[in-house]
Amino acid sequence: MRIVDQRLVRRARPVRHLLVLDSLLGALSAVLVLVQAVLIAKIVVSAFSGSSLTDVSTELVLLALAFAARGVLTWGFEVAGRRAASTVLSELRLELVETRLRGQPLALDGAEAGEIAATAVQGVDGLEAYFARYLPQVVLAIVVPVAVLGLVLVIDPISAGVMLLTLPLVPVFMWLIGRYTEERTRERWLALRLLSTHFLDVVRGLPTLRAFNRGRAQAEVLDRIGDQYRKTTMGTLRVAFLSGAVLELAATLGVALVAVTAGVRLVDGGLGFQAALTVLVLAPELYLPLRQLAAQFHASADGLAVAERMLELLDEPVSVSGGKLVAPSPRDVPVRFESVSFAYPSRPGLVLDGLDFELHADETVALIGPSGSGKTTVASLLLRFVDPVHGRVSVGGIDLAHCRADLWREQLAWVPQKPTIFHGTIADNIRLGDPGATVRAVRDAAVLAGADRFIQALPFGYETFVGDGGRPLSAGESRRIALARAFVRNAPLVILDEPTADLDRTSAGVVAEAVERLRTGRMVLLIAHRPELVEHADRVVLLEDGKGRTQVRDEVA
Amino acid sequence: MTATIRRLMLIADVRRTRLALAALFGVLTILFGVGLMGTAGYLISRAAEHPAVLSLTAAIVGVRFFGLARPIARYLERLSSHDVALRSLGRARAQVYEAVEPLAPAQLEDTRRGDLLARFVGDVDSLQNMYLRGLEPPLVALIAGTASVVVAAIFLPAVGLFLALGLLLGGIAVPLAASSISRRTSGGFADARGALSAELVETLAGSAELAAFGVERDRIRLVRRTDSRLVRASRRAALADGLGDGLRLLVTGLTVAGVLAVSVQAHSDGRLDGVLIALLALLALAAFEAIQPLTESLRELHATVAAGTRVLELTDRTPRIVDPARPLSAPVAPFVVELEDVRARYAPGERPALDGFSLRLEPGKRVVLLGPSGAGKTTVVRLLLRFLDPERGRIMMAGEDLRCYRQEDVRRLITVAGQDAHLFSASIRDNLLIGKPGATDDDLARALHSARILDWTLNLPDGLDTLVGEEGRELSGGQRQRIALARALLTGAPVLVLDEPTAHLDPPTAKRLVQDVFSAARGRTVLLITHRPEGVDLADEVVVLRERR
Repeated sequence: MRIVDQRLVRRARPVRHLLVLDSLLGALSAVLVLVQAVLIAKIVVSAFSGSSLTDVSTELVLLALAFAARGVLTWGFEVAGRRAASTVLSELRLELVETRLRGQPLALDGAEAGEIAATAVQGVDGLEAYFARYLPQVVLAIVVPVAVLGLVLVIDPISAGVMLLTLPLVPVFMWLIGRYTEERTRERWLALRLLSTHFLDVVRGLPTLRAFNRGRAQAEVLDRIGDQYRKTTMGTLRVAFLSGAVLELAATLGVALVAVTAGVRLVDGGLGFQAALTVLVLAPELYLPLRQLAAQFHASADGLAVAERMLELLDEPVSVSGGKLVAPSPRDVPVRFESVSFAYPSRPGLVLDGLDFELHADETVALIGPSGSGKTTVASLLLRFVDPVHGRVSVGGIDLAHCRADLWREQLAWVPQKPTIFHGTIADNIRLGDPGATVRAVRDAAVLAGADRFIQALPFGYETFVGDGGRPLSAGESRRIALARAFVRNAPLVILDEPTADLDRTSAGVVAEAVERLRTGRMVLLIAHRPELVEHADRVVLLEDGKGRTQVRDEVA
Repeated sequence: MTATIRRLMLIADVRRTRLALAALFGVLTILFGVGLMGTAGYLISRAAEHPAVLSLTAAIVGVRFFGLARPIARYLERLSSHDVALRSLGRARAQVYEAVEPLAPAQLEDTRRGDLLARFVGDVDSLQNMYLRGLEPPLVALIAGTASVVVAAIFLPAVGLFLALGLLLGGIAVPLAASSISRRTSGGFADARGALSAELVETLAGSAELAAFGVERDRIRLVRRTDSRLVRASRRAALADGLGDGLRLLVTGLTVAGVLAVSVQAHSDGRLDGVLIALLALLALAAFEAIQPLTESLRELHATVAAGTRVLELTDRTPRIVDPARPLSAPVAPFVVELEDVRARYAPGERPALDGFSLRLEPGKRVVLLGPSGAGKTTVVRLLLRFLDPERGRIMMAGEDLRCYRQEDVRRLITVAGQDAHLFSASIRDNLLIGKPGATDDDLARALHSARILDWTLNLPDGLDTLVGEEGRELSGGQRQRIALARALLTGAPVLVLDEPTAHLDPPTAKRLVQDVFSAARGRTVLLITHRPEGVDLADEVVVLRERR
């Protein structure tokens, strides 16, 4: 682990001016510290040699003003630093959203989405400390000691020498921080997360544990694991805290040595009182920025682990290539899967292995096969969420991978198995299919989707808030909203992914009727396992071992 | 707030001596720092009078002692306070767990929605900061501050008074002012955060649909808008947060200047030895280290109390299901289980989840309970396991009301597998052993064989030690159901309830699973609850539950 992570510093480029300002404010405040030291020494020495309060009143006022000015600078330091940090973090988040939406649109499951959102919103607190305090502190940790040493060198070269003697402890500290602390902090962070996940797992599984009369026994397990974790953590902390201790030792030893040597030379008359006192007040300031650097580093350690995760997400390979051609409309030309093979980068083995089949205009093709046979992958390929590893998907003879994904998707409507209901009104949700749709068009689509009746029965009808925090919808209701999206979109090619799965008979019936209306005059890919839907298909493709086998309908029914 | 803190300290219980030790090291760290600067100031001043070097020995020894002792005290303080934090974390987890365990699942229902459960766990975790960051710093500041004031007052009472005023102003007034301003802004900050989180979850989980419908750009614009709300809120928060530090420096400056003024005046009046001026000024400067973390720790305390209040809200619930004072002894199979005209409700005022429902389970019979979602099928499972008591009617086991038995006995005799069965992020073996702790590998193999998943398990590279992942995510839906089934079979309970074991399975797989269940559970009473037709033909009896309007 390096003192400064280049990848993160690069992210800070747009707010460089703020970070520079931050460092300037810090440096200015360091100058004031020097002024303070000189003033304190001057006041004490004048009083010592018999001056009255009025004689030193100017210095006293200046001293108070120096502190006040430092107060203002500190405030500015915090404000500028946080401003820079919040901008960088916001950019990181937006970049993440953009990458996911444009480059890897394959949806994440709820838990993973929740984890990433938590990382990007709450998790970045530590990262804020990194940008707002740590990075400016790196500059201060270099500038301030140099300035202090410079001033001391002018006042009393011997004290400067003494201070230099203690400085070799600093590289020792740097070594400790680099070699040991960082790695351990990271390990600890991981262990802590693991422990937290375990606790969450146990709490989630409480009903199961109770059903098996194992609820109470788990309390002991929790206690035991917690204690084990504490023991190992304390073991690493004993070493990790050493770096802080070494630095602290350098600081206090420096002060003590300066005080003792200066004191002895004062007695001999080799050094003036004011010079000695100034040097003494300055001595702690030599080490303070370094100690603060260490503290900020620890404070942002969690943030660095979070940053690691964010950068990792941003670095994930893009799943779709960009194309320039404009694909022809599937209203006029057939869509062909030509020996398409596909494998997910995260999983071993091919999901599809030389799949061949075609879709013609006005035709409904049912795709059937056991769970896990790759049916949904076919939909993802058609939607261009992913591109084939081998073979191609073509539209009117043009390879889809060479076409612009956004224009192609305008030709499609998709009803996923588990539709996402977004936070907003029901009308907003249906309008996802066509953002410009009129109230009338939305309602017509809902009627066709068999959704109008249940929507009208709601107290606020189409203006009912749904999605996160809104009225919960049943699986059947969500499915009908998704169908309404497809109707309002009025696209020539429709992909239906198990539209009746997990619905009870009544809901399944309503959805099946809607599907029947939707398929008229369109090219439809129907992923299904229910016989009542397959009956309406013109052709059935059975997906097995990654290959397709076209069957006539009677074989299946 | 103090009452809440006191209660939270009981939950995150740590021995008082450990707390005292950590605080002591904290106080020593500050005081050694004060001592170092004070004696060093004295040393220099005294030396300026050109005495014999020997007369400086005491001061020199003092400076060396404080210089060496402070890092050691700091090191010990950090270790002991982290030890306290980790201990309190462990205690908090165990104690909170024990308090909520009897509430599951019915009385924890409201936390299962969304990610509230994860937040609950996060809240419990944050209790570890209460002592480390919230309570220790003020305690240390109080003791170390008082000690510094007393020392200063011994030399010159007016300086002690001035220092006390400064420390009180900087240590109490400034943090309170900063926190009251912070809290005014932090409301907007928390809201903006919540809104952005929700929007990000939705965007990431729905990214495929957003892309499919070509509305990525609108979505990014929307997220950008919410994000900039958060950015603005966090900038406002920074204004307030920075204020605390700035004001503290101002107070420090005024105090040091005041202490100097008072000392200088006292010296001119002949009430103070000149060598003490530097000592007092540097002592005052060093004493402010004690109050430096207080703004932050007040903020931390507020956050912990907020989190702790949410935790207490759960742990304060009284379990509704309790064992009878004089329980009957458990019946011996075979016995009849029967629901008689049962009405059940999850919360008063809500509409009944089940009303006027009767069901008789004869020993060894296979009954299918069929009904659409929302008809109360899961409520039947809850009632049978005594996770819920009926409001009207009774549930009878071997002719006696279920409430007359111990809960443990009920759950030993009636067991469940199905869609809600939780698989723990552990090995297959660990998950099975929950059904029967101490079972041998042969027992496990027999149960897996009955659930028709033994061959698959044995073919895995790690066999029974294969990890199933969080919530069993590494397994397919059918495999999860079979493992859960094997676990239920392992208990040897005479009554087996299967709650939607075929949800999310395709029809052929579902059918095979039901067949296997029935043959594996031969000789036991089986209640299969489902909304799907598969397996209905294999049952001895089919009961239909109508959707209630």
